Amino acid sequence: MTAPVDTTAAAALALGDDALVLSHRLGEWAGHAPVLEEEVALANIALDLLGQARTLLSMAGDEDELAYLREERSFRNVQLVEQPNGDFAHTIARQLYFSVYQQLLYSGLATGDGPFAPLAAKAVKEVAYHRDHAEQWTLRLGDGTDLSHERMQRACDALWRYTGEMFQPVDGLDADWAAMETAWLEGVGDVLRRATLTVPEGPRTGAWSAGAGRQGLHTEPFGRMLAEMQHLHRSHPGASW
Amino acid sequence: MVTTTPLEAELLRIAGSVPDPELPVLTLHELGVLRAVHLRGTDAVEVELTPTYTGCPAIEAMSLDIERALREHGMREVTVRTVLSPAWSTDDITDEGRHKLQRFGIAPPRAHRPAGPVPVALGPVRTRSPEPEEPPAQPPVRCPHCGSADTELLSRFSSTACKALRRCLACREPFDHFKEL
Repeated sequence: MTAPVDTTAAAALALGDDALVLSHRLGEWAGHAPVLEEEVALANIALDLLGQARTLLSMAGDEDELAYLREERSFRNVQLVEQPNGDFAHTIARQLYFSVYQQLLYSGLATGDGPFAPLAAKAVKEVAYHRDHAEQWTLRLGDGTDLSHERMQRACDALWRYTGEMFQPVDGLDADWAAMETAWLEGVGDVLRRATLTVPEGPRTGAWSAGAGRQGLHTEPFGRMLAEMQHLHRSHPGASW
Repeated sequence: MVTTTPLEAELLRIAGSVPDPELPVLTLHELGVLRAVHLRGTDAVEVELTPTYTGCPAIEAMSLDIERALREHGMREVTVRTVLSPAWSTDDITDEGRHKLQRFGIAPPRAHRPAGPVPVALGPVRTRSPEPEEPPAQPPVRCPHCGSADTELLSRFSSTACKALRRCLACREPFDHFKEL
């Protein structure tokens, strides 16, 4: 029975890295968000994700070692979550794409009796608020002024090619990936249309899309993000206060 | 069959009387986060605690406070274990807890709906062509200060993840709402 345990650890690492990296990206908004309410909202969403990451990484090993002492190539997060915050519209598009995916994935995992069921059942309720937040902003920006519409559309288009990777099957997760992808396209498409936005048409899988984060290949901005996230821990090993 | 000894019941009561570190008007019992106390020998005890939110930073302070309270009652070894399942819900807050939140100026959570996605309620935000999307029948969130039902959502997330920020349109006071989870 060693193989299933390893598979569970590997899957926990993939999901934990998604949560950790997106949490850090959202945390970068602290002190920079457009309004105080958003500052607090993004930090709270980041905190929820950090809680998920701690539980998941602890299933894979020592949470601190995994977060702070791994090299870029050892991270298993999808490339979507590592994309820079960009403007506020980019952050919202990334959050919409990811939280719709995460809600679908966790809803499924929560119903089984697998190792991820307890966390998924808990986190899915929090993710419903993340998705709601992203949807509201997508509607507001897409159906807002000409400028906000244009920037929201640009963000949705720019991140589209990172969305296919989320539906590559992950060993150890009991999920119907094809059905999830169909539901994701419907859910996201519905929000975009209500926001008067155009559903992007570019490729989501294949040569011109992203899709190797789960294998440890990451995009250029990720290295800089990791450097900032890890430097304190690496510069002062074992420090406490 | 799990049986609870009188001592376990007493220890559960003591642990349950520890105030919540972030909302000290509530005890851990009233917040509904204390799941069980198991004696492991004569002076060793294991406590099961569940977080409100997965990332709730208060859980560590709660654990320390429980440890201290139980040590003061003669327990030599106190282990606080975090359990996730079944997931905590705002329905776990006791009626007394709800009243205390209200008196503290925080609108308590409403009783829970059946599981399902959170409806998109735009609150004060209006788009040009909103879809008629009626949320399921839910009582309004009342202002904890003046009792008015005429309140609006300012932000889905407030000072902590478990609260939303609202404003009363009658008395104009902003207030926190312990949102349903």
